[in-house]
Amino acid sequence: MSNFRKLTISEILKNKGSYIKDSLETIKKVDEDIKAFITINEKAEVLPGKFSGIPIAVKDNIVTKGLKTTCASKILENYIPPYDATVIKKIEKAGFTIVGKTNLDEFAMGTGTEYSAFFTTRNPWDLTKVAGGSSGGSAAAVASGEVVAALGSDTGGSIRQPAAFCGVVGFKPTYGLVSRYGLVAFASSLDQIGPITKNVEDAAILMNVIAGYDPSDSTTVDMNIDFTEYLDKDFSNVKVAFPKEIFGEGIEEGVAEKFEEFIAFLEKKGVKVQEVDFPELKYSVATYYIIAPAEVSSNLSRFDGIRYGNRIEEEGLLETYLNTRSKNLGPEVIRRIMIGTFTLSAAYYDAYFEKAQKVRRIITKKIEELLDEFDFIVTPTSPITAFKIGEIKDPLIYYLMDIFTIPANLAGIPAISIPFGFSNNLPVGIQIMGKKFDDARVLGFSRFIEKDIPKVFPFEEEEK
Amino acid sequence: MRFKPVIGLEIHVQLNTKTKAFCSCPADVFELEPNSAVCPVCTGQPGALPVPSEEMFEFGILLATALNCKIHEYSRFDRKNYFYPDLPKGYQITQFFHPLATEGYLELNGKKVKIRRIHLEEDAGKLIHSAETITEAKYSYVDMNRCGVPLAEIVTDPDIDSPREAREFLEKLRQILRYIGVSTGDMEKGALRCDANISVIDTETGIQSNKVEVKNMNSFKFVEKALEYEYGRIVELMKEGKEVEKETRGWDLSSKTTISMRSKEEANDYRYFPEPDIPPVILSKDYINNIKSRIPELPDEKLLRFKNEYGLGDYEAKILTSSVQLANYFEECVRITKNPKETSNWFLTELLRFVSPEDNFQNLKIKPEHFKELFDMVNNREISRNIAKNVFEETFKTGKNPREIVEKKGLKIVGDESMIEEILRKLIDQNPDKVQAYKNGKTGLLGFFVGGVMKETKGKADPRKVNEIARKLLSD
Repeated sequence: MSNFRKLTISEILKNKGSYIKDSLETIKKVDEDIKAFITINEKAEVLPGKFSGIPIAVKDNIVTKGLKTTCASKILENYIPPYDATVIKKIEKAGFTIVGKTNLDEFAMGTGTEYSAFFTTRNPWDLTKVAGGSSGGSAAAVASGEVVAALGSDTGGSIRQPAAFCGVVGFKPTYGLVSRYGLVAFASSLDQIGPITKNVEDAAILMNVIAGYDPSDSTTVDMNIDFTEYLDKDFSNVKVAFPKEIFGEGIEEGVAEKFEEFIAFLEKKGVKVQEVDFPELKYSVATYYIIAPAEVSSNLSRFDGIRYGNRIEEEGLLETYLNTRSKNLGPEVIRRIMIGTFTLSAAYYDAYFEKAQKVRRIITKKIEELLDEFDFIVTPTSPITAFKIGEIKDPLIYYLMDIFTIPANLAGIPAISIPFGFSNNLPVGIQIMGKKFDDARVLGFSRFIEKDIPKVFPFEEEEK
Repeated sequence: MRFKPVIGLEIHVQLNTKTKAFCSCPADVFELEPNSAVCPVCTGQPGALPVPSEEMFEFGILLATALNCKIHEYSRFDRKNYFYPDLPKGYQITQFFHPLATEGYLELNGKKVKIRRIHLEEDAGKLIHSAETITEAKYSYVDMNRCGVPLAEIVTDPDIDSPREAREFLEKLRQILRYIGVSTGDMEKGALRCDANISVIDTETGIQSNKVEVKNMNSFKFVEKALEYEYGRIVELMKEGKEVEKETRGWDLSSKTTISMRSKEEANDYRYFPEPDIPPVILSKDYINNIKSRIPELPDEKLLRFKNEYGLGDYEAKILTSSVQLANYFEECVRITKNPKETSNWFLTELLRFVSPEDNFQNLKIKPEHFKELFDMVNNREISRNIAKNVFEETFKTGKNPREIVEKKGLKIVGDESMIEEILRKLIDQNPDKVQAYKNGKTGLLGFFVGGVMKETKGKADPRKVNEIARKLLSD
């Protein structure tokens, strides 16, 4: 059992064995504290396939046929999807067993699962802290060893930030590599599904399972990538950039120190590291918080209580709409719907949405220019480590937390968070970004770094 | 005329592609069991994504070509956001910023009505209310079969001068739609839907009224009627010096008037923005040209050719080219009969009594060869024209050979003079008074004797011969 909690996909592949029961038992034992899961799959069974017997968790905004999918929202509290997301079909066909659906901020909007309509997931390293978000449930489930791996979704950092907070690996692939069919849309032009795993190798293995062109998603691309290709390659001669703007206001001292340590670590390994100007970085949050809510305001229109989901029935149609939506959607979701409705309105479209699209192109161009010159761009994943549950009240502070992760979504490039030690006993994550479709090299470089970082688990203490 | 209407049309055409616009459900959902042609995509299930149908673009290009439009290699989908229970996603996928085609025209009675744009979009579902009207209804059902059926929206410039012309425009459009096979163009079934913008110019003062949008006109006749009514209403207001409100009005069938639906103040802001789920659509020149080359001969070209090639009058040619299938069948027949004029006459006076131009002519029991046989028998004076009409009808209904029918029923003209004479003599013997009267100058009685022979021979006697013999015998 204790062995199970540390197991990785690659280890299980080598030794075989079925761990569905171990996973369910671990969940039973620890999830009361961690609160990673919204739904446990009572019908979890071993499936045939290469990855048979490996338990996996899925963020609860990826639809699973016949298994409740709530998006951590009251409006979908009892929604049972009539179909499987493409990634679900793929992982099940490969043999993975979905043991449960994990907690998130409502419709993936948030950075700490505090905006879940149901409960807040706790950080396995410190139960008084958040696990991060929005894929906090998936990150905590992996970090606590409840499952071997998990799927999350990343719109502005929702895979990478909780992975950093929980000390695990979180990978956001190039936009278009993984089908979004069946991912309940938050901001369609930014959303991407990706793996949360215990190490880089597992992330690459899982990418080989879930990536690929999907005729049901016109934004997917037809590319044959082996994500494990560069896992054992030497990256000591690559060139890496980091924006000097990282050390601006808002970054926690401990995180800044860890990042400097990381730069020194790279240099020691022979990697050329250079500080670069990235003045556009400071516009990324504002740009993101125009574009994402605009898409939200439209994407969430379907939750009107007419066809599915909770409905509060009133005398007239308008009243039914108003009550259904205002009582079943949470304050953060409503805030973003309102922002988006405003920025898309005819009178403000040019000033906000159109302008943000232009800035998005400028930021993307800058990143592409940097990546023409350098192999990778590195930053801390988050300017802070996991914060105390209930500590932050101002949404703006929440939004600013996404500053390092948002650019990768705006530009559609691959980005990963890997653990790099601790600050005040809480994990610190390092983000590595690469060129579009250079996902395999991002993973390879990450593995090159990871090899020298000792692996620790939050549950080792309790087990001693 | 002091007042002049200015009319522009917004037309929605249901494209009869195999699948819906963004999923693989069938597009032909007319009269299907409610919610039987639906899937996660067209019912807007969480997570489902649209994938545009290529056939929809093919049909759009065909339509844009037939309407002489500029077709854009770059087009994009946008979302039109509004809430209504028949709209599952809370937005309609349409082309707002970058339509498929622009700047075309449709020629109508020698005049070019300009087409401003053609864009592709998806249809909404249908509400079925528990009572006659939505206000009386306690509840309503949503039938989502129609959700996602592809539409082409055609927007004209305000080039139309009269309600009659609006109707003619639509009829011509329907003809083109059917020629190129992209839609049934059936207004009654909702495959062709039309909204109109109408304003009126006072030519004495040069003042133009506000625009009024008229909806709910679900037949060609109602388009004309509603616009006539609306024109009259606006003119009355202008004569009285009253303001014409900018509003949307609906044609009300029971009162035969238009009724205000909503005013300008309630106008929607649809918050259009680019559809992030579908990348821009890039159509190569080759692709567009390849589809353009598939465009068949269009009504105007065909009409001209029928007049020139077959020496037909405008009226005949217009009727014969009113549908492709009729025109094709006509040409098949002419190939066999080698007599366009005669064929045209038979089509107009006989064939079109039994079939409508929109029917399927390939399934007719009467074949081109039958026309030839019939013509030959008439021309060889084997049967009379009247008999020929009966034979035609029987062939049409049964598919039997005309010659066979004539022979089996003994319908051949009786040209045997001795037989005609015999019948006449009998009649003369039986009616000495009439013979006397004829001789006394009542020559009209000739008809009595001729008619008697025709009756006796069941119409098969050659009328010219009967006349000739009767005249001779009566004057003896």
